[in-house]
Amino acid sequence: MTVTEQPAQAPEVGRARLRKEDARLITGRTRWTDNIVLPGMQHLAMVRSPFAHARITGLDASAAKSAPGVVAVLTGADVKDVQGALPNAWPASDDQKTPAHPSIAVDEVAFAGEVVAVVIARSAAAARDAAELVDVDYEELPPALELKAAAADEVLAHPDLGTNVSAVWTFDSQEKGTGGSADEAIAAARADGVVIEREYRQQRLIPAFMEPRSVVCDPTGEQLTVWTSTQVPHFVRIFVAAVLGIPESKVRVIAPDVGGGFGGKLQFTPEEVITVLAARHTGKPCKYTETRSESLLSGHHGRDQWQRLTLAATRDGRVTGLKVELLADMGAYLGLVTSFIPMLGALMYNGIYKLPAYHFTCTNVLTNKTWTDAYRGAGRPEATFAIERLMDELAAELGMDALEVREKNWITHEEFPFHTVAGVTYDSGNYEAATARARELFDYEALRREQRERRDRKDPVQLGIGVSTFTEMCGLAPSRWMGEQRYAAGGWEHAEVRMLPTGKVEVVTGTSPHGQGHETAWSQIAADRLGVPFEDVEVLHGDTAIAPRGLDTYGSRSLAVGGQAVVMAADRVVEKAKPLAAHMLEAAVDDLEFTGGRFAVRGTDKGATIQEVVWAAFTSHDLPEGMVPTLDAEATYDPDNFSFPHGTHLCAVEVDTETGQVRMRRYVSVDDVGVVVNPLIVAGQMHGGLVQGIAQALWEEAVYDEQGTLVTGSFVDYTLPTAADTISFVNDNTVTPAVGTALGAKGVGEAGTIASTPAVVNAVVDALRPLGIHDVQMPCTPERVWNAIRSAGENQAEPTTQQAQEHFEPGAPNQDPTAGHAGTPEKGAGQ
Amino acid sequence: MIPAAFDYVAPTSLDEALQALGSGDDVKVIAGGQSLLPILRMRLNAPERLVDLGRIEELRGVSEEGDSLVIGAMTTYSDVLDSDLVRQHAALLHKAIREVADPQIRHRGTVGGALVHADPAGDVGAPALALDAELVVAGPGGERTVAAGDFFRDLFETAVGEGELLTRIRIPKHTGWGAHYEKFVRVAHQWSIVAVGATVRVDGRTIAEARVGLTNMGSTPLRATAVEQALVGKPATEEAVREACAAAAEGTNPPSDLNGDADYRRHLATVLTRRAVLTAAGA
Ligand SMILES: Cc1cc2nc3c(=O)[nH]c(=O)nc-3n(C[C@H](O)[C@H](O)[C@H](O)COP(=O)(O)OP(=O)(O)OC[C@H]3O[C@@H](n4cnc5c(N)ncnc54)[C@H](O)[C@@H]3O)c2cc1C
Repeated sequence: MTVTEQPAQAPEVGRARLRKEDARLITGRTRWTDNIVLPGMQHLAMVRSPFAHARITGLDASAAKSAPGVVAVLTGADVKDVQGALPNAWPASDDQKTPAHPSIAVDEVAFAGEVVAVVIARSAAAARDAAELVDVDYEELPPALELKAAAADEVLAHPDLGTNVSAVWTFDSQEKGTGGSADEAIAAARADGVVIEREYRQQRLIPAFMEPRSVVCDPTGEQLTVWTSTQVPHFVRIFVAAVLGIPESKVRVIAPDVGGGFGGKLQFTPEEVITVLAARHTGKPCKYTETRSESLLSGHHGRDQWQRLTLAATRDGRVTGLKVELLADMGAYLGLVTSFIPMLGALMYNGIYKLPAYHFTCTNVLTNKTWTDAYRGAGRPEATFAIERLMDELAAELGMDALEVREKNWITHEEFPFHTVAGVTYDSGNYEAATARARELFDYEALRREQRERRDRKDPVQLGIGVSTFTEMCGLAPSRWMGEQRYAAGGWEHAEVRMLPTGKVEVVTGTSPHGQGHETAWSQIAADRLGVPFEDVEVLHGDTAIAPRGLDTYGSRSLAVGGQAVVMAADRVVEKAKPLAAHMLEAAVDDLEFTGGRFAVRGTDKGATIQEVVWAAFTSHDLPEGMVPTLDAEATYDPDNFSFPHGTHLCAVEVDTETGQVRMRRYVSVDDVGVVVNPLIVAGQMHGGLVQGIAQALWEEAVYDEQGTLVTGSFVDYTLPTAADTISFVNDNTVTPAVGTALGAKGVGEAGTIASTPAVVNAVVDALRPLGIHDVQMPCTPERVWNAIRSAGENQAEPTTQQAQEHFEPGAPNQDPTAGHAGTPEKGAGQ
Repeated sequence: MIPAAFDYVAPTSLDEALQALGSGDDVKVIAGGQSLLPILRMRLNAPERLVDLGRIEELRGVSEEGDSLVIGAMTTYSDVLDSDLVRQHAALLHKAIREVADPQIRHRGTVGGALVHADPAGDVGAPALALDAELVVAGPGGERTVAAGDFFRDLFETAVGEGELLTRIRIPKHTGWGAHYEKFVRVAHQWSIVAVGATVRVDGRTIAEARVGLTNMGSTPLRATAVEQALVGKPATEEAVREACAAAAEGTNPPSDLNGDADYRRHLATVLTRRAVLTAAGA
């Protein structure tokens, strides 16, 4: 046995490693679902309703059936007895009105894009050609479209339900005993304080993941195998079984490499059901891959709310109460978690503030549009937007600085753990530290000075500064909490660590990455816990036959919950290895210490590496009495609280008052996501998240016309930003470890999106405030900004001087020179 | 997004192409395909046969012909951007093409395709109009030349008839003229909400001649002739130019859509015209 001292290894956790999965993901030389080709595979094309609301009065598929290459055509009538109903797993009330949700419409369609028939053919082209030949007669019905009108039941989206109101959900801090009465606080503030009343629109957004959804189903084995571009293979397995009445043991679901989701693939879709039905009907493998247009039209959408908000405060800037009244657009059906999305934000409208009284009501409304569901942040961006916009409005009303009014109200770092008015316990945080760092990086005072100067000289380009000091609750887990809230499942996460004879390691995770870099981060975690090289760890996921236990990836849960499960499983491997190591070293278990992958007998130079112990377990030539010949271990983790990342985001924008154009000038985020496993991945999540949140503020909106047709049905009109539209962000972190886990990590997947939207809109409004403007509806398009300026009238900045041009140099990169210090990437080995 | 089936021919000479075009009722020309392919893939059109002009060498390239530049219809945007002749003698076209879409599309899309497609939001029409381009159209009966002012008929409609091809664009040299194309978009890869192309000849500090073309201010590219006239003899100063450009939106008929209503576009046209002219004049 070698006795040389091993060099102390630098810990993997905290290293800015390049992601090991990137080469295959970026080049596309990998198993995207649409790349899968099976022998005898057939292709599907959907026939979709062009009408938002209509009765199907006739459907003639005979021409399609006899078209070249066509194997079969299935209609609602054909499958109505076998297709079951698509599930809603998170009802908002016990008496929620839930429209029946068929995968293929049978008698009626409730949104434009709903599937009415599917063509199965020998090639994708033949399927598409034949789909054009399916002749459907519709009798149009009036559609319920605009949210407020729908809430008033002017037109019914599903006449059989008798109302569009699906559910009403309420939280009252007085009733719950977590605070006082919001109404009383507001009444008191009306008498001798300040009341801010606002109505904000959370426009409808489209997740617009990069890889359109795709499903392949192979029915030719004992187990039916479904490959699907999903975030939730484990859910899909359960639902294929439950909805179609197939024993779960006969179903295997694989999420191969998946190109983004943002919540948009947290769904059990009609297309998944239809592909399985088609494969079973024909007895052959079938593939369906949606077009980009289909993806925008019929993949679920996000947000879409009206928020009526009343904030009460004292004259010296202390908030005393908040009342929130929401209307939330469900769209035509209740998807997997559609009905509870607004409520995921319900417990966060108080933000980071010590609010004494809080009242929340949400009315879920059905309309004849694509259904809404999870989209990055899911309920929490809306909540954060509301409170962070209100805090800026309060500051303006009182003539205080936006940061000062926040500081007056936030929870100080000594006050953790803090029980909020919404009944949630924030475990940790340090808002002062994050804000101080953000101020410094932003050069807050200098930008305020520049703002004053531009105002004084009536520069046509005005500067605005927006603040967002946010927190969010993520790491979607506590199973007990989810149960209390009527969720159909739990939120634990599972991991297995398998020690291979040659010393290599397989980490099996129940999370299901779709671009986040789990393979890299999980390898870093396992490498540290086991003391093995990063390169020796392989992470397996997304296949119910390989990773049978798991609850998948959404709600910024993978690292905070699933990562902790990996830690626990790896630690169990070490515990299991100890008796064998002791046996090999002829020492007592208590005399062993494990560091850097080596079991050493304390006070001696005797030791054995974990690889040696693994080999000994494999050969089993000399095991201690009663020991089984494997060191593999599993662990399931179910936290008893959420994780609460927080941060301070500061944004400066320039507003061209002549055109209404808004340009980013500087963006600083200082986030506390607890312990950072890989700074590069965190920076990546922040960058992407920020752009997605900024896009809600400035660019994106799903628009329907009066007939209920999606007008923004392609990327020509759904204006997704690219790198050319943003600036280099300045990202930094403070580290307050999450309490209660060995890992100490909080979620980061949604933070950027949640925080940035209000920061940007606050900045736009801040630029225009001297004109008497206190809101611009999202997205703050140039036209909307210009209209706000125009209708603000008189006070308007004098028209133009030439300085205007300086900051709008066409083609200038518009970048912050201090940006881009997120850590130097290290080359991942094996690349 | 799979187009309906079609026949495909790729002739190597103009004559063959014209013959192929005359070979049936439902024949369509394909150049760079950057407008046509999306149309076919979304099944908004399903021609029986496509005639690909990509292999006809004589339709490609930039050359000089006396006081004019000649640009073959099949010259790609990126070829134009690489051309010093265009940069020197038709700076406005060069600047406008820099603003078209992204590099991938500029490597495929052609000047001829853009002109014949005649999307009012396209960035080539207004500069062609402002530069007094002439368009050479070939048909079974030979060639004819159409002035840019007569070329654009309506939305997606030009003087190129059935069985005809645009072969080349002749542009009078505007050597020494300053130019600027001011394109207004919400996101970088968007089509123009409004754009203004201005090219001016400055004599000392005075504007001697000016040409201004407007993009997406009507169903065809438009020429702001009132502004052009008002600019002549004016000093290239903020104030004088502002005054001359005040009428930029007169006589226009811009669309209303998600990016802005007609009033907003009219307002933009005035602001952008001033900015374009001032930049073109080097002020
Ligand atoms: C994502 C995207 C973004 C874009 N953004 C912009 C933009 O910002 N600004 C802009 O100006 N354009 C933009 N375009 C359009 C682009 O400029 C197109 O390339 C151009 O409009 C058409 O040129 P083409 O060579 O591709 O023509 P094609 O698509 O091949 O043909 C277009 C039409 O012209 C006809 N045609 C082509 N050549 C001839 C000829 N020689 N004689 C007769 N008929 C002919 C074809 O039959 C067809 O009807 C964009 C395109 C895409 C896909």
